[in-house]
Amino acid sequence: MSAPLSGDLAQIGKSVVIKGELSGSEDLYVDGQVEGSIALKNNSLTVGPNGQVKASVESKVIVVQGKLEGNVLATDRVELRKSAVVTGDITTQRISIEEGAYLKGKVDIQGKADKAAGK
Amino acid sequence: MASTAQNFMKLFRGSSHGTEAATPPAAPLTRRSSGLGELSRLWDSETPLCVLDLGSTSPANIRFFTERGHKIYSEDLLVASTEPSLITKDEEGKIVLDSRQFLADNLLYPAAHFDVVLCWNLPDYLDESLVRPVMGRLWSVLKPGGMLLAFFHTKDAGPDSPCFRFHIIGKDMLETQRIVLRREARRGPTGAIHTAINEGFRLQRVFNNRHIETLFRDFASIKFFLARDNIREVLVVR
Repeated sequence: MSAPLSGDLAQIGKSVVIKGELSGSEDLYVDGQVEGSIALKNNSLTVGPNGQVKASVESKVIVVQGKLEGNVLATDRVELRKSAVVTGDITTQRISIEEGAYLKGKVDIQGKADKAAGK
Repeated sequence: MASTAQNFMKLFRGSSHGTEAATPPAAPLTRRSSGLGELSRLWDSETPLCVLDLGSTSPANIRFFTERGHKIYSEDLLVASTEPSLITKDEEGKIVLDSRQFLADNLLYPAAHFDVVLCWNLPDYLDESLVRPVMGRLWSVLKPGGMLLAFFHTKDAGPDSPCFRFHIIGKDMLETQRIVLRREARRGPTGAIHTAINEGFRLQRVFNNRHIETLFRDFASIKFFLARDNIREVLVVR
């Protein structure tokens, strides 16, 4: 599967290894290795099929096709595709999980009211 | 008791390897679950419940509980038990799985955390060296009064009884789907591909009622439900 193309999309290729804090205001596609944290408050993060992310992740939309280890906070939605391997707790407003995806962790669906109340 | 149980647990070990290899995946079936029906009165609770699902990651189960405002934890212990680094030898040189390491890597929850644990058919397919330690850990993570649902094959089940995943589709209805592990799906928590797994998991043993009672002897109560498909459902309360 090739990476989606977009003018506002940053890409981390499959040979790239990054350790540290990633933040930004554009969509991000990770097909390489990232260790640390990723914060894209109003954008989307896609972990590609070759992606290996070991980080706490905060984003508006999070799509996982590869491996993600760390807690996930999505202000809008999380999509786990059938090849996803996720270890960590997921907090989101909406979630979709394809058959075959592997999840080890909690799923906590928070409505806007919950968020406002800080639950 | 331990030796009797262990001998019984060996009943199905080592027989008819690889017979499932050519069997195509079966279409999902539905079955009524009296145990699930008994649990269903909890689902309407206004207090959010903490539910632990120990089967294959099930989108249906996650949807079922999150739609009702409950928190669901998913942990596929059968896949986790295929982690190659767990293989070790006991005092007699017999190959076993390292239960201490398994519990150091899995089921890491605070004591008395869960209201409900959905064990499904885990005890029948889990490696013998892990069954008792896992049940001990499940006792500790259940709240007092918390409930655990498990399915056990009857003696009429053959060693090639397929392992199923269970999707909740109603208050007492399950959709069962045979687990056929694709190569890509044979990944444990480390992401390693486990080529040792053939197509699915094999039935390790058949517990009789006394063995089941012994397995759950630390729990406050146990209730059996008989079904027509060689399955006994067991609901235990901590």
